[in-house]
Amino acid sequence: SSSTGTLRSEDKVTVHFINRDGENITTEGKIGDSLLDVVVNKNLDIDGFGACEGTLACSTCHLIFDENIFEQLDPVTDEEMDMLDLAYGLTETSRLGCQICLSKSMNGMTVSVPEGVADVRQAADMGSSPS
Amino acid sequence: QRLGSTAAPQPQVCIVGGGPAGFYTAQHLLRSHKGVQVDVFEKLPVPFGLVRFGVAPDHPEVKNVINTFTQTARQDRCGFYGNVTVGSDVTVEELKQAYHAVILSYGAEGSRSLGIPGEELSGVHSAKDFVGWYNGVPGNKDLKPDLSAETAVILGQGNVALDVARILLSPLELLKKTDITAGSLEAIADSRVRRVLIVGRRGPLQVACTIKELREMINLPGTQPALDPRDFQGLREAVQDVPRPRKRLTELLMKAALEKAAGKEAEREWSLRFLRSPTHILPSPDRSRAAGIRLAVTRLEGSGEHARAVLTGEVEEVECGLIVSSIGYQSLPIDPAVPFDLRQAIIPNRMGRVQQAPGLYCSGWVKRGPAGVIATTMNDSFDTARSVLEDMESGQLDTSTPRAGACALHTLLKQRGVTPVSFAGWEKIDAVETARGREVGKPREKLVDVRDMLKVASL
Ligand SMILES: Cc1cc2nc3c(=O)[nH]c(=O)nc-3n(C[C@H](O)[C@H](O)[C@H](O)COP(=O)(O)OP(=O)(O)OC[C@H]3O[C@@H](n4cnc5c(N)ncnc54)[C@H](O)[C@@H]3O)c2cc1C
Ligand code: FES
Repeated sequence: SSSTGTLRSEDKVTVHFINRDGENITTEGKIGDSLLDVVVNKNLDIDGFGACEGTLACSTCHLIFDENIFEQLDPVTDEEMDMLDLAYGLTETSRLGCQICLSKSMNGMTVSVPEGVADVRQAADMGSSPS
Repeated sequence: QRLGSTAAPQPQVCIVGGGPAGFYTAQHLLRSHKGVQVDVFEKLPVPFGLVRFGVAPDHPEVKNVINTFTQTARQDRCGFYGNVTVGSDVTVEELKQAYHAVILSYGAEGSRSLGIPGEELSGVHSAKDFVGWYNGVPGNKDLKPDLSAETAVILGQGNVALDVARILLSPLELLKKTDITAGSLEAIADSRVRRVLIVGRRGPLQVACTIKELREMINLPGTQPALDPRDFQGLREAVQDVPRPRKRLTELLMKAALEKAAGKEAEREWSLRFLRSPTHILPSPDRSRAAGIRLAVTRLEGSGEHARAVLTGEVEEVECGLIVSSIGYQSLPIDPAVPFDLRQAIIPNRMGRVQQAPGLYCSGWVKRGPAGVIATTMNDSFDTARSVLEDMESGQLDTSTPRAGACALHTLLKQRGVTPVSFAGWEKIDAVETARGREVGKPREKLVDVRDMLKVASL
């Protein structure tokens, strides 16, 4: 909402992303922005992230949080949970990045991109009937 | 990754099929290798495969992936050749001559048949054709499904089955604002279908749909689920130990089943009919069309995801008009030069490397089989791209001698009288479709005739 280009540093928080290959990407994001916004605005090299552009229709923005941060996050909606259920490498502290907005207390947090190895067993069955 | 040094020739890669698998494979190759040229060959004049022709019109958010595909296609090192059918306009052998690597990403163009008497009767359609009809697949535009009977039966309980059920039952007001084709919207406006039975061979713990689609169905305005609470008896305990996605799905089903008992009367309804296996399509008295279906009652042997349905000997008959069989898409071989596993209906491969065929790769549904959402296809396409890059680096894939790439193809196609549609050509089609849509308050009005597409693309 700020029309001036300069932001005071207290409006920003630092986030560390651990990419699929283990690489650590440190970046900054504006408070109130979603983690998908951060990835897009900073053009972070996370292949395939945010395919549905934040409309809760893909689960490619799946991120894994540290427990202490996870516990502070806004409660998860049924709709987010529905998409999370389709995500690869689902963990107890998984959330969808497009649904999580930065707040001051997240400063310095680390989020991990789960490994994207296709796991057919877990994949949703689109076409075939139970047989 | 190794960047092409000035001495080494540019690696030339081509991809067969312009669906999500094709575009995600191209995206990963172009991102990870700063020298590679990637050309995508697509049979239709328009790109995006099942994102355009499969994904339901009322799921526009799923189609947002098109934006990323468009960015990929607009890159200098990416070519798009629509209106080129590999296997007939050009052979895979010819592509292998022109390119260092050929990646097969042509999806699943066939559908599994029921294999029961009466399947050929008018009124029986595969979900692939029915979905193609409302989504504007040129080959399906004249399907003319008979929507004059009150009951429709869908065989199969996956997401595609739910898509079809939703399109049949959705209020017209909702459909009008989607990119459903004008012809099908008109037919659906006159539809008398009020009740949709979604039939599966196994039980509630084995349904193949995902929870998002199920929730959507339950919440569909003007429509109510008619689930039989008896189908869910004893499931509360059974569901305690299953993985979370299955547990949540089953709990949602149980809730819908119980709430219904106290529910309001809606104009239309849908139900899931479990433990039924179709055995005969029953003809009308004059044998001109389908008028019903005979279902054999099954019971489960074993439990969980692997439970098997076995016949009990009991049968039941349901009167209906439209029958849509949604028991799966199926990949087909496109060229004798490509190994094909007929039993599994996939190209045999290891991490996308086609077995016993150096220089050939595959991704998407033709690699894995026709299951999984776009994100599944994305991941497996990235895997295939990684295999190609690894092979380039290790020398397994020899890129030391230059290949002619698209130049060679231009000549060949010209000789054969095939006019490829470029991505710019598609963008003209896109502009016409969105303009036509705007006039009627839809995001797009698709061209459904290949001749019209070609005409617009060549303007
Ligand atoms: C009805 C339906 C609804 C779906 N809805 C969703 C959804 O809501 N959300 C979701 O995430 N996923 C959905 N999916 C799944 C998703 O569409 C697939 O995961 C994905 O499209 C598979 O990609 P693909 O590239 O392998 O195949 P396709 O999308 O089929 O692409 C293959 C392409 O190859 C082309 N081709 C075929 N033969 C040749 C040839 N000989 N020469 C050149 N080109 C050729 C085809 O024309 C096509 O463009 C749905 C699938 C279906 C069937
Ligand atoms: S970007 Fe698709 S669900 Fe978050």
